[in-house]
Amino acid sequence: MELAVAFIGAFIVGGLLCVAAQLVVDVGRLPPPTVMVLSVSLGAVASGLGLYDPLVKVGGAGATVPLPGFGHVLVQGIIADVSRHGLVGLLGGGLEAAAMGVTAAVLFGYLAALFFNPKV
Amino acid sequence: MVLLESKADKRLGRQTVAFANPPVLAAAAAVAGPMEGEGPLGRLFDEVVPDRLVGQKTWEQAEVKLLEKAIHRALGKAGLKPTDLDWIVSGDLLNQLGASSFAGRTLDRPFFGVFGACAAWAESLTLAAMMIDGGFAHRVGVAASSHHEAAERQFRYPIEMGYQRPPTATWTVTGAGAAVLVDPRAVGDGAWPRITHATPGRLVDMGIKDPFDLGSAMAPAAADTIEAHLRDTGRGPGDYDLIITGDLGQAGRAIAVELLMQVGYNAEPVLDDCGLMIYDRKRQDVHCGGSGCACSATVFAARFFGDLRAGRMRRMLLVSTGAMFSPTTFQQGESIPGIAYAVAVESQSAAREEDR
Amino acid sequence: MKATMQQEQEFKKLQRKHLPSRPVLRNALLAFLVGGAISAVGEGVRQFFLARGIGPEAAAGPTAAVMIFLGALLTGLGVYDEIGRVGGMGAFLPITGFANSIVAPAMDFKREGWILGMGAKMFTIAGPVVVYGLLTSFAVGLVYYILYIPR
Repeated sequence: MELAVAFIGAFIVGGLLCVAAQLVVDVGRLPPPTVMVLSVSLGAVASGLGLYDPLVKVGGAGATVPLPGFGHVLVQGIIADVSRHGLVGLLGGGLEAAAMGVTAAVLFGYLAALFFNPKV
Repeated sequence: MVLLESKADKRLGRQTVAFANPPVLAAAAAVAGPMEGEGPLGRLFDEVVPDRLVGQKTWEQAEVKLLEKAIHRALGKAGLKPTDLDWIVSGDLLNQLGASSFAGRTLDRPFFGVFGACAAWAESLTLAAMMIDGGFAHRVGVAASSHHEAAERQFRYPIEMGYQRPPTATWTVTGAGAAVLVDPRAVGDGAWPRITHATPGRLVDMGIKDPFDLGSAMAPAAADTIEAHLRDTGRGPGDYDLIITGDLGQAGRAIAVELLMQVGYNAEPVLDDCGLMIYDRKRQDVHCGGSGCACSATVFAARFFGDLRAGRMRRMLLVSTGAMFSPTTFQQGESIPGIAYAVAVESQSAAREEDR
Repeated sequence: MKATMQQEQEFKKLQRKHLPSRPVLRNALLAFLVGGAISAVGEGVRQFFLARGIGPEAAAGPTAAVMIFLGALLTGLGVYDEIGRVGGMGAFLPITGFANSIVAPAMDFKREGWILGMGAKMFTIAGPVVVYGLLTSFAVGLVYYILYIPR
């Protein structure tokens, strides 16, 4: 039962974030790459305002898998590091927290491109 | 400078050329990609390549191959060898005319590269016809090509990018068209169809900035050139069996028709668009239609050239349309100027009617 | 000719009559379904890590890594652009879409060489995402530091 709630929560939160992004593309007429950049930045700001954590509690992966979740991870990492180490945390905390995602993106991205070609 | 009175005696009106010796289209050929082969004109192409790389390593090399194939096929149909051509005039969409220049490398004839974006086909025909009527050449090879993947990665996003194309987007045709133009005095009275008039177009910029809505950017240019052609020749849309634009797509065609209506020409019954003919828009996911240099080139060579030669069509106005932009210009916020070149092509039956 | 402002406005009016309308509702629904489905898959991955005793905080990293792997693989197999064509931002916004935006140019520009082709072009879209993500989070962190850290 708990598991079912988690999946439904993820579906709805993730789905709604994507709907918001889609509306910015279709109604706001912004190109998708711009919307990606905006999403990460807005996610970071929302996280700083304490708005993103409740979303993660309800949505789980539905909040962390879409790109605003990336901004959230960066900000939480920075805040944790700043709290611990002061000003220097501003420089290290973000990427420390996002290290796995960024490394995976470079590694798997590179490997996939190495083994595959655009389909003919 | 004092302008002395002089007369360009092949000029008609402000921007049209009426050829004294209308050059003969001796042959035309079209080579198309697999997706185009599955479209409604599939059977009419001289060759449909089975894969989009055409056995090459890159999309750009594939486009070169398509262009070479089209030129060789057109030469073959005319019974000529590359060495029989005086010049080659060719255009495409790639940076520095990457397809035409590299195809020209293997053809080994004097070469003119033409950039007119997707209007390159009619622009090349215009220049080749002028060369022949001007007495500078007996036989000129004309060609134009485009390649969907090569164009996408240059102008928009990489091929496998999972983004959604807006409904105004068009699909760049993978293929190449070629024709051989010859001096009519060398082939005799029985040789048709012929290019009788050409109207080069102005660059028209209505402030459109969306690279996914090129139909809207080019429609004003198409209407402007068609209006100029009709005004200069004193003809009406009804004097043509067909006025065919290059790649305006569904929306662009409707805009062009309305713009022509505003200046007093009802082109609705005769105006069609190559981009609307090359794909089955219900079945193939191409949104507003086909586009690219190869759109008007392959549709003309595969379909209308045959109709004109067989006399099923009397007279047509081919209007290739181009959107003059590059990633640099649109990223810098420039709007997209459009251009259109019109070429009037007649069959023997039209000529007979005029004699009467 | 370059149209005057007034001509441009008139043309925009005319153009609007003929442009196909965007299927906004349909696109939104598809974005919801595709984005929701990808998120649900992500939740499955997350639950897998949670079940292995990894805490919710620590599970986010490996979950993202697995989703990136899936996105990269599906792009390589030539499937992800089809998902994107249907799902729009529902496919592009999740981190699988981020992976797609890396693999697509990397594959495409492999032919221009390993350094300035594949190596440079793989970040044409992911690069700005990381740049602006880091800049914004730095700014947010700075504000947090000024407001909440006692000196």
